[in-house]
Amino acid sequence: MIAADLAPLAIVLPFLGAAVTFLLIRHSRAQRAVSISTLTVTLIIEVLMLLAAPSTGTHAVRLGGWEPPFGIVLVVDQFSALMLVVSSAISLAVLIYAAGQGMADGDEDGPVSIFHPTYLILVAGVSNAFLTGDLFNLYVGFEILLTASYVLMTLGGTAPRIRAGVTYVVVSVVSSMLFLISIAMIYGATGTVNMADLAVKLETVDPATQLVLHLMLLVAFGIKAAVFPLSFWLPDSYPTAPAPVTAVFAGLLTKVGVYAMVRVETLLFPGDRINSLLMIVALLTMVVGILGALAQSDIKRLLSFTLVSHIGYMVFGLAISSRIGLGAAVYYVAHHITVQTSLFLVTGLIERRGGTANVDRLGGLAKLSPLLGILFFLPAMNLAGIPPFSGFLGKLGLIQAGVELGTPLAYALVAGGVLTSLLTLLVMARVWNRAFWRSPDDAEDPDPILLASKADGSSVGTSRHVTGEDTGRFAGKDPVTLLPRTMTGPTIGLVALGLGLMVLAGPLFALSDDAAQEMLDRTPYIEAVLGPGADG
Amino acid sequence: MTVNLTLIVLMAAFFAAGIYLLLERSLTRVLLGLILLGNGANILMLAMSGGGGTSPLYVAGTPTEDYTDSLPQALILTAIVITFAVTAFMLGIIYRSWVLGREDDVQDDPEDRRVADQSSYDWEDDADVVAETSEFFDDDDADPTVRRGSTARDGAATLDVGAARGEHDPAPRTRRPGDPR
Repeated sequence: MIAADLAPLAIVLPFLGAAVTFLLIRHSRAQRAVSISTLTVTLIIEVLMLLAAPSTGTHAVRLGGWEPPFGIVLVVDQFSALMLVVSSAISLAVLIYAAGQGMADGDEDGPVSIFHPTYLILVAGVSNAFLTGDLFNLYVGFEILLTASYVLMTLGGTAPRIRAGVTYVVVSVVSSMLFLISIAMIYGATGTVNMADLAVKLETVDPATQLVLHLMLLVAFGIKAAVFPLSFWLPDSYPTAPAPVTAVFAGLLTKVGVYAMVRVETLLFPGDRINSLLMIVALLTMVVGILGALAQSDIKRLLSFTLVSHIGYMVFGLAISSRIGLGAAVYYVAHHITVQTSLFLVTGLIERRGGTANVDRLGGLAKLSPLLGILFFLPAMNLAGIPPFSGFLGKLGLIQAGVELGTPLAYALVAGGVLTSLLTLLVMARVWNRAFWRSPDDAEDPDPILLASKADGSSVGTSRHVTGEDTGRFAGKDPVTLLPRTMTGPTIGLVALGLGLMVLAGPLFALSDDAAQEMLDRTPYIEAVLGPGADG
Repeated sequence: MTVNLTLIVLMAAFFAAGIYLLLERSLTRVLLGLILLGNGANILMLAMSGGGGTSPLYVAGTPTEDYTDSLPQALILTAIVITFAVTAFMLGIIYRSWVLGREDDVQDDPEDRRVADQSSYDWEDDADVVAETSEFFDDDDADPTVRRGSTARDGAATLDVGAARGEHDPAPRTRRPGDPR
């Protein structure tokens, strides 16, 4: 019995939790307790798997005892274990934040009761996608997480969310169809959907057919990962969802797409056939995304554009496809999941405190709530890649890889990466200057709560101080805590995790480097699934 | 591998009609397009399973080539269930959209429109830097009456900024920036 054999639990536990929370749909306290404890146990199991991963190497679990390539296998290697741990950690933090928001608003039931089961199903789908060693099972994992995400995206069914939901659902379904079509064609060409088996058999397929299959898969995953020019849907749909939902979507869903792209590039179709194409795509994603962010005044939309832009860095590392480039990309994925999620959570807090996420209508937040200032400033600088934060280390690794490759296109990518980093800093500085540093008097049409607390002259934590006026956003008569500990706590935790990635950069970079080497070798993966001597 | 031509032609027709419907603005048509695309993909998978054969139940003495390939059928079944769930959800969304706004069309993002409409000039980022930002005055080259007047208030700097603002943005804003049109 080794830790990696626990892999199915990472999928089964959240599913069980979802079933139980469904039964408890009228008892929101019990729901909260069940979903938080489920994710905590899942996280502990995944941490055990990650700690054991370097010593056991790649390990395959055969579901139902069926021999590969006929049965479905779950494969645990260092990359998938790392992704599992990071994704579960941020899912847990966002869950506590969402539960805290529900408690602070005092709505014991309502549309939120469906939140917990759906959220756990989303986590199960993400874990399934990270673990599976079977292409069709990967499709099923994607569908599980997407269907859960459709529900979360349209939670409450308000007009803006329905509008955004339609775009999101249609685009996701089309990308899933492309994936399904690619699976059908791959099965037609090779007669298998097991990824290790495919890695061996695809090499014998005619190169032109290979190229078609390769590009089909990349387009399908490119839509999910929001790579330019397939990224148009993301800033349209993410910002309207509730803050915790946007946070977990931004952190996880696009990264599952990136993860699938990495597996396709390293395991199924190795070689540098389309690396130049990927490099151009990476460059355009970075630059176009960040230029879009410059034009926005709504923080959630602005962050959605930076999200698209920074996906470009991961594709950058993947396109270089050297050990150091791939390792830096793995590290960057872990860093970006954490940082992007914490920024969206902080934006939720800003919205609560200031009444809006529009920077034109905000002001003086640094004075009103220094904690909020710190919580925004650290991940913002981290995202921009200011030394010594983890964002800087990841970008440094990518730039090293680009310079090492030394082709003109690689140098263009390096220049594009540095430019994007500077523009991210500019975007973040604009938000900082407006929402945090200027006086609330300069804000256009600020929210009554923002102004009232300023007139009071004291830093007030609840909406009680604005009684007598129309506080609008809070329906009930009772005072509402604006920044409850249950919401700031998880945010602080995530910001700390982001800083932890910087402190632990040494071991983590070594791990990413090992994971990259494992993926480039391919043999460990193939032999773990099909048995020794299968490669070749 | 032999491929059934009827299936391929049928699949092509499904895909063509599906993509055509998907490009419509009416949500019901988009949904029909998605259903056609899903079924087209299922037919493709069926075509990829090779020719027919006897049912895949083990009978002693039957050569393995005679059995039909059962895996694609299992995959198709899974895909059908998934498409069914998504179709049901889409119908729910379309109905909700109809209840909310009597709309069956794909709507534009209001925030997108707002960002596209806004002026490239931003008084906070782009205003001319005020020449005199010091709050201290040199006695020699300033008129004492003006100086007294300005120090009595907030200081010259704020006054100047106010003037610059008034110059570029004369009309008071009536519309909230976050409001949809």
